[in-house]
Amino acid sequence: MQWFDYAAPRSVAEAVSLLDGRPDARILAGGTDLLVQIRSRRRTCGLVVDGKRIPELNELSFDPAAGLTLGAAVPCYRIYGDRAVRSAYPSLAEVAGLIGGTAIQGRASIGGNLCNSAPSADAVPLLIALGAQCRLAGPGGGRTVAVEQFCTAPGRNLLGAGELLVSLRIPAPAPGFAAHYLRFIPRNEMDIAVAGAGVSLRIQDGVIREARVALASVAPVPLFARAAGEALAGKTPGPEAFHQAAEAARAAASPITDMRGTVEYRRHLCAVLTRRALEAAAREVH
Amino acid sequence: MQSKVHVRTAINGEPAEFLCEPRQSLLECLRDLCNLTGTKEGCNDGNCGACTVEMDGRIVTSCLVLGVEAEGAQIGTVEGLARGTELHPLQKAFLENAALQCGICTPGFLVAAKALLEQEPEPSEARIRLWLANNLCRCTGYDKIIRAVQQAAREMKEARP
Repeated sequence: MQWFDYAAPRSVAEAVSLLDGRPDARILAGGTDLLVQIRSRRRTCGLVVDGKRIPELNELSFDPAAGLTLGAAVPCYRIYGDRAVRSAYPSLAEVAGLIGGTAIQGRASIGGNLCNSAPSADAVPLLIALGAQCRLAGPGGGRTVAVEQFCTAPGRNLLGAGELLVSLRIPAPAPGFAAHYLRFIPRNEMDIAVAGAGVSLRIQDGVIREARVALASVAPVPLFARAAGEALAGKTPGPEAFHQAAEAARAAASPITDMRGTVEYRRHLCAVLTRRALEAAAREVH
Repeated sequence: MQSKVHVRTAINGEPAEFLCEPRQSLLECLRDLCNLTGTKEGCNDGNCGACTVEMDGRIVTSCLVLGVEAEGAQIGTVEGLARGTELHPLQKAFLENAALQCGICTPGFLVAAKALLEQEPEPSEARIRLWLANNLCRCTGYDKIIRAVQQAAREMKEARP
């Protein structure tokens, strides 16, 4: 690997001061993307800033009123091993078990999945469906942005100079709320999504009050299909409403043809996965 | 430019230290600096699992861990499985079931399977296959490996008081 320096700051402020003025510095969480990219020379890096000794980046705590705080460096195995996550956000526990294989899940974090900013990131559509917010820290202080605004292009995001992702905040699930993520891969496990759909529903008195749909691998960024969610508000959960949302998801997608699938196939998958994920979420509500 | 870093860690329960460059992977540190060559390099990008080791109670691909990250950690490698000349039940079961041919993937399978059986003493076949999906073998076709893990699970269960 190319030479780089290594620092393991103990606080967010120390990390920001290390990153500030060093455009060649990169934050290390699980390393399952970053170290591969440095070794293959897809990324140059003069300073690796290990975030795993910063308490805020390791925080995993649930409060029934405030929701979940998920530190940016918390590895997948801690997420699906956490009782509160499994009970309040079963979809999040499930998606943490979808990323890579067992040994990758021992290191890889959901925060890293977001910061790597791949259009195919499995966790990101679900985070959008869950209404997650990113807490960022930088030289100018902190700011909060919605996950759907975070990624700006393949491999790019809105993190500015000296800025890092500290944690994700996921609202507490309201009564009647459920979320689900489904992806299509040609194998059983350990593959990159040809397409994926993350959805959430809030059903009250037999009516959908609120819904969100987001898609993987069908746009330059993980795509928030706002219209697909809005198409469901006020409807009775069932085949007709889910069909309309699935068609809105298909229309929102702007995929490319590559080795994993064609434009036509991916659009088709968007509709099928959105419908099936909505059906699964609706089943979970009851 | 930073000089080498002095790393204090524990490998297979014994205190260990090494002097490494920040860019050296834990895999390189184990093999080249600690002389623990049981852990193998396969793909060197996290896909094949040949370099799987235990780190603070969970398994990781050591090619995607920096040696400097091992500071203060507990590392477990394939060298820690046998007790003296007494092989671990998984090692015996791998031999008895011919669950290896060239052997490059074997240390990774053993370390990963040991972690599974410690967490879940009676995993289903599907669970074993999913857990070991991070480990590739181009010789056996996997069936013999799965049978060996199942046999070791049975024997470890019988051996428990």
